[in-house]
Amino acid sequence: MTYAGAHEAMTNARGPGGPLAPVRALSAPRSWHATFHLVAGLFLGGAIGAVLSFVGLLWWAATFSLVTGPTGPRALVVVYALTAVAVPVVVLDAVRFASVLQRERFRVLQGVSIAAPRWGKGSGLRRLVQPWTAGTTWRQLAYHLLAAVLGPLAGIVVIVCWAAPVLAALWGDDMTATGLSRVLWYVGSAALLFAAPWVALGLARADTAAARRLLGPGRAEELALRVETLARTREQLVAAADSERRRVERDLHDGVQQRLVSLAMNLGMARAAYGDDDGVPQEIRDVIVAAHDEATTALAELRDFVRGLHPAVLNDRGLDAALSGVVARMPLPVRLRVDVAERCSPSIEAIAYFTVSEALANVVKHARATRAEVTVTRAGGRLSIVVSDDGHGGASADGPGTGLRGLAQRAEAVDGNLTVVSPAGGPTTVTVDLPCE
Amino acid sequence: MRVVLAEDSVLLRAGLTKLLTDGGFEVVAAVSDGDKLLAAVDEHRPDVVVVDVRMPPTHTDEGIRAALVIRRQHPKIAVCVLSQYVEERYATDLLSVDTAGVGYLLKDRVAQVSDFLDALRRVAGGGTALDPEVVAQLLVRRRDDPMERLTPREQDVLRLMAEGRSNNGITEALRVSHSAVEKYVSNIFTKLDLPPTDTDHRRVLAVLKYLGT
Repeated sequence: MTYAGAHEAMTNARGPGGPLAPVRALSAPRSWHATFHLVAGLFLGGAIGAVLSFVGLLWWAATFSLVTGPTGPRALVVVYALTAVAVPVVVLDAVRFASVLQRERFRVLQGVSIAAPRWGKGSGLRRLVQPWTAGTTWRQLAYHLLAAVLGPLAGIVVIVCWAAPVLAALWGDDMTATGLSRVLWYVGSAALLFAAPWVALGLARADTAAARRLLGPGRAEELALRVETLARTREQLVAAADSERRRVERDLHDGVQQRLVSLAMNLGMARAAYGDDDGVPQEIRDVIVAAHDEATTALAELRDFVRGLHPAVLNDRGLDAALSGVVARMPLPVRLRVDVAERCSPSIEAIAYFTVSEALANVVKHARATRAEVTVTRAGGRLSIVVSDDGHGGASADGPGTGLRGLAQRAEAVDGNLTVVSPAGGPTTVTVDLPCE
Repeated sequence: MRVVLAEDSVLLRAGLTKLLTDGGFEVVAAVSDGDKLLAAVDEHRPDVVVVDVRMPPTHTDEGIRAALVIRRQHPKIAVCVLSQYVEERYATDLLSVDTAGVGYLLKDRVAQVSDFLDALRRVAGGGTALDPEVVAQLLVRRRDDPMERLTPREQDVLRLMAEGRSNNGITEALRVSHSAVEKYVSNIFTKLDLPPTDTDHRRVLAVLKYLGT
């Protein structure tokens, strides 16, 4: 960070600059936070570095002795060997603990939270070896070694800046210099004092940048975490959409549908009672008949719509039962074969169900087919759905106006896929592959 | 005829009670779930039970389960199941015990008052009444078996038989002569390898074969 950059950052944070800005910076909380941070870094970094160096030295000495041929009593050889083996294990925990302390320093004094990288799981030898093959271990180690040298250095620099006038006064007494150099001496120390906030901030920023890079998760790990989060939230989204459909279906079934049945039934009773009664004016009879017909039609339309939302039988009896209902309603002969011994999750079943309904609806709308075939099979962890027809072909999952694109998206949302083979002239085969753990 | 009614919607329960009463049935109990239905059946021993499929507590297939229990425990009591949607699988379950005295209709059908009452009387009298939608669904499953030996016309006749129609009813529905219907029926019996015994019994067997249960 440049001086100008630090200045800009400070004035942005502290409001407009002015002749008093350098003075205000001296008392700004940010300056002091940065200073405390660096002073804490001085001690913490130094202490961690000392411990790690000592342990490292111990290991190196033990290993070196073993390699060059140990001398001395046999017990000493055992101690060497134990040290050579134990140190890498102990160091791992030490590094982790040191990183935790350092991250705490950033969190408390800088308000910067650095995510802890995840340690590979495993047991036995894997647990010992794996961390040493992970980049993050080496990065953290690098930070602690850097901090052991640069941390104390930065801490001392910033202390010297803040204390410059006092130091100048203390040492100035011993000087036998002339007036001019004495003035320069004090002007220089004042300049250092006024520079202290920016020095502190700049160094703290550099420290933060290094820590983010070295103590935090690496790029690959961050991406892996992100992918994991995305996969989880996507799954939740799919499940939420699915349960929302169920809820709407249930509400419609319990509410509007029952009312409409009741209405149609009452109109039916009225029609049965007065439809052929000559004592009732013809207009009234016509109205009753028309209303009854309307209610019956509305009921049928609503029934088709509601069943399309989520058939209750899918929950109860699974895909086979639900699909035979779909197939039966098709205006063309459809051969259905469902071979799913063990049921898939409700979301996957729902997607499979809608895939078949939509694909068949497409066949009816676009294919001019005379017959169709639906096969649903489960092999291992996958559910395979094949819908084929003998229509004129030319269907595409990219084309607008067909529901195939929506189906492809639905399948992809659960890591499935949809392929369409539909040469001009036909036949058309839509294959959907879904996970089914 | 004495009826026990099970329907969880208060509105519909009241409406159906009125419809049945107006239609000459005596509604001896109107309940709201499967357990109460079984208790009411034990208590009143009705001639026929009218039951909705989706009822509390799970709102899935309580009605079908209750109907199956009634079929087993009281084979003399006819059961007519009403449902917002008809499902082939439920029909197969229902018919697996016996096809006599069974009805499975879309709830919508209650709006066609006289048709519904006719169907219910047929069921109460030991006949069958299957919704055309149920029959259509069952047909889908039976496309690749002996049924294919039947001509389309004969399949039509068999489907109407499955719905519980008499020969007169079939004559009316298909607008063909009575003798033609008799000929189709006898062809169906022959093609399905049903020996000439009691006609009604053969009818039930034909329907059973057709439904594949």
